[in-house]
Amino acid sequence: MTNDDPQARYYAGIKMIRYDLIKEFVLAFVVVSIVVVGLAGVFSSPDDPAVTIQTWSTKDPVDFVTTAASELDYQSGTAQYGPPYTNTADAAQALGPVSPQSLAGVTTPIDTAKDFVLQPLGFAAVGNPTLTAALAKYNAASADQQQSWVGNYATALADATIVNDEVSVASGDYGPVPDMMAGLLGLARTGALDGLLLSNGNLYQTDFTKPLLFLGDGNYLSGLAADQHLTGDQWGMMNETGMYPGQTWLWLFSFWYQIPPFNTASNTDLVVILLMIVLTTLLALVPFIPILRDIPRWVPVHKIIWRRYYRGR
Amino acid sequence: MSEANSTPRNESSSWTLAIRRLLQRKLPLVHLLPDRQPVFVGSWVYIFGVVAIAGLIWVVASGMLLAFFGPMWWHQSSVGRFVNSLHLWSVQVFFVFMVLHLWGQYFMAGWRDGRAKTWMVGVVIFAFSIVTAFTGFISQQNFDGEWIAVNAKDATNSAGIGTLFNVLNYGQMYGLHIILLPMLVATLVGVHVLFVRMKGVVKPIGKVQGAQPSNEEGAS
Repeated sequence: MTNDDPQARYYAGIKMIRYDLIKEFVLAFVVVSIVVVGLAGVFSSPDDPAVTIQTWSTKDPVDFVTTAASELDYQSGTAQYGPPYTNTADAAQALGPVSPQSLAGVTTPIDTAKDFVLQPLGFAAVGNPTLTAALAKYNAASADQQQSWVGNYATALADATIVNDEVSVASGDYGPVPDMMAGLLGLARTGALDGLLLSNGNLYQTDFTKPLLFLGDGNYLSGLAADQHLTGDQWGMMNETGMYPGQTWLWLFSFWYQIPPFNTASNTDLVVILLMIVLTTLLALVPFIPILRDIPRWVPVHKIIWRRYYRGR
Repeated sequence: MSEANSTPRNESSSWTLAIRRLLQRKLPLVHLLPDRQPVFVGSWVYIFGVVAIAGLIWVVASGMLLAFFGPMWWHQSSVGRFVNSLHLWSVQVFFVFMVLHLWGQYFMAGWRDGRAKTWMVGVVIFAFSIVTAFTGFISQQNFDGEWIAVNAKDATNSAGIGTLFNVLNYGQMYGLHIILLPMLVATLVGVHVLFVRMKGVVKPIGKVQGAQPSNEEGAS
């Protein structure tokens, strides 16, 4: 290093010692390799199978049919979600007058009755006179009549039982809805509904928006998640299935969801996202922010880090 | 081309020559691969960044194997499962040591004396690494990935980016996870290391024997 070298000037007067960076890196890599291979060999990695609509409808048919009914009369979480799926008024999260969700608009439109129930039933009705007649009756009825049938059926589902492996409710004015729901349940149990919700007219597809929204509207998926401590109020954002470490680095993101006023607000997601953006920006700008940049001088951690240097000075 | 053909006029208009001279001035090999360091570089804290990079190499290598054999491989093959385990645990090592490196550099005020850019790039690496890992957890194609996607949509939708960055679209998440985001993180890590080598390590806080005064703001 020469005198016109900025580093040489910066370190002028400071003793320089031999230091082998490459050897240090190779040793670090060897140690990391032993640790990683050891952890992988001993603990492996979690892989609980994904829940399919087939699994859901087989294991918890009442929850499946209840969710399907709520999709049919537009009362489900997705039907009432707001942008980007529906135009539901006042559903979008906002902070004061600002609502990025509303500004983005309905860019992935979902008609829950049509997309999750009526369209798949249309395929299932081919060669099935009972289902064909039920669909024809439902489609010919007025909107008020449809709502009345589905509303009555949804209420009755609260006391539903399983008879001969089918969902059974007390007698009532349900119109063709029980036949439609039985048809959808049968379709789901064969696994065909999983495929139909993915179908987009192309052979290849990779977008699981519809089946995941449908699954998310039920209680079955969230019940399994709660059993594994994966829900938002269980710090689930940073957990994994089993006893494996998950995204532990999301602890601060997850933290806000545990405490008021965040966990009781109607706009929690938006507030937490904005808060984390602000905090990350502050972290990046620490070198320019008084107090934040001064803390390392006040807190003597550096005296531990450079203790040998300070001792020998 | 012979030296005789070169004229001062040609040299002053040569972009190639200008970049070569800039690199020689800013990053001579003696700084890129130094065999000497200031005496205060004698703490375990200096190892954290190196270990994080070693972890990242395992992350990328195991990820390349997983990408080569396809997303279903590790669900169906014991070898694939082991490679996925290498991927999982190397990600954990990478993050643990990246966070230790970050806190270490914070308490060393590593941004001083014109090193603010190095600090800022480091924070950006941390942020993009979180997004990269997040897309990886979603791409698992198992219950955990499924549940994370269903929940995470509320956060992305609330921010108005739910369609641009659709966590329910497996193809988009997988593509981002195995190509764009890792390339971004690896490139930024390269830039970060180059910045460290160009400036050298920061001096200890306080009066340093025989050294010039420090600029606490970190501006160049």
